[in-house]
Amino acid sequence: MKIKILGGGCASCKKLYENTKKAVAETGITADTEYITDMEKVMAYGVMSMPALVVNEQVATMGKVLKPAEIAKILKKVNG
Amino acid sequence: METLKTIWDFFQNEILGMAWLNRLIGSLLNALGLDTNEKIGGSLQFFIYDMIKIMVLLGILIFIISYIQSYFPPERTKKILGRFHGIGANIIAALLGTVTPFCSCSSIPLFIGFTSAGLPLGVTFSFLISSPMVDLGSLVFLMSIFGWKVAVVYVLLGLVIAVAGGTLIEKMHLENQVEEYIRKGKQLDIPQEELHFKDRIKYAFEQVCGTAKKVFPYVLLGVGIGAVIHNWIPEDFIIKALGGNNPFGVILATIAGVPMYSDIFVTIPIAEALLSKGALLGVVLSFMMGVTTLSLPSLIMLRKAVKPKLLAIFTAICVIGIIITGYFFNLIQSILI
Repeated sequence: MKIKILGGGCASCKKLYENTKKAVAETGITADTEYITDMEKVMAYGVMSMPALVVNEQVATMGKVLKPAEIAKILKKVNG
Repeated sequence: METLKTIWDFFQNEILGMAWLNRLIGSLLNALGLDTNEKIGGSLQFFIYDMIKIMVLLGILIFIISYIQSYFPPERTKKILGRFHGIGANIIAALLGTVTPFCSCSSIPLFIGFTSAGLPLGVTFSFLISSPMVDLGSLVFLMSIFGWKVAVVYVLLGLVIAVAGGTLIEKMHLENQVEEYIRKGKQLDIPQEELHFKDRIKYAFEQVCGTAKKVFPYVLLGVGIGAVIHNWIPEDFIIKALGGNNPFGVILATIAGVPMYSDIFVTIPIAEALLSKGALLGVVLSFMMGVTTLSLPSLIMLRKAVKPKLLAIFTAICVIGIIITGYFFNLIQSILI
């Protein structure tokens, strides 16, 4: 699974990145987690509210700092 | 009419201003043997009262504001703005700037989103100026401390600066001052998730907790500085530096406020204390506006989206607007409070 966190480098974006890493560790899903702050790349996803969570190139949430449990739920859903 | 005024005054002083709390804390401190007319007792009273008042107002306000904001994500604001043209678009942008949730790290995506949706540069800037300068929170906070007249004039002037600034940038044709990658950026319309009443309440509640945690240490600092000003710094000194005797008070306050990055909640206790010690209203308000509107971090972020010339023009418009606002408030202070 490929996970990307899109953000501008602010505190809430980093928090989402940290929480996502926790969620990945807790669920035991094999995933590449990447934190993207390069605005040109970020904009390719069409998101306007930061931070955004992208799972397998699909925007899952935006403008929200999710808790690890909430992220885990999304990851499990995608994983089937 | 008289009855209405009495009811409003009660609401403004006792509910928004929580004057009863101040009396209660005063009596408690007196009962403990501290004289609130003296320096230590007085500082303690100011500190405890302001700390409680600000945190309570902050909690209630953020909740209500976040609930309203959940109806205006930037994606929706963009669509609404697309329906307006000319100065009407600038006015709507300034108004939406007050209700769209927006942190400085979203300024670039927002910029690209607005630009690629075909919104004029001036409209985007009306939004960018009004968003940090005026928000619903500042309206209620100013009402609680300086009364409704000051609050309404402050918000109106903030909106005027945003509309005028955006229009000016539009007229100067600075489109070439926007970074290349932003002009070329493509904005996809991604589907918005449906929010239900429960989601909005949850969102608002999370915002309250998040903001309270984030700003608490700064409020503590602000109230601490306020308490020191309130009781330890001689009145003559403040009157000399920031009162009617110093014609440059507004300019000094603006220049001091601009590089600082802080929330309106932090500046309120400092402003309150300065005003009570004889600083002019315009000086205090221009400091507050300077702190909330511009800051180094937000300018650095914006620099990634626009070239230095446009950034300088944007900064100049805000600074001049704040200074004019300050002098205007000094002029009409006697009518307002």
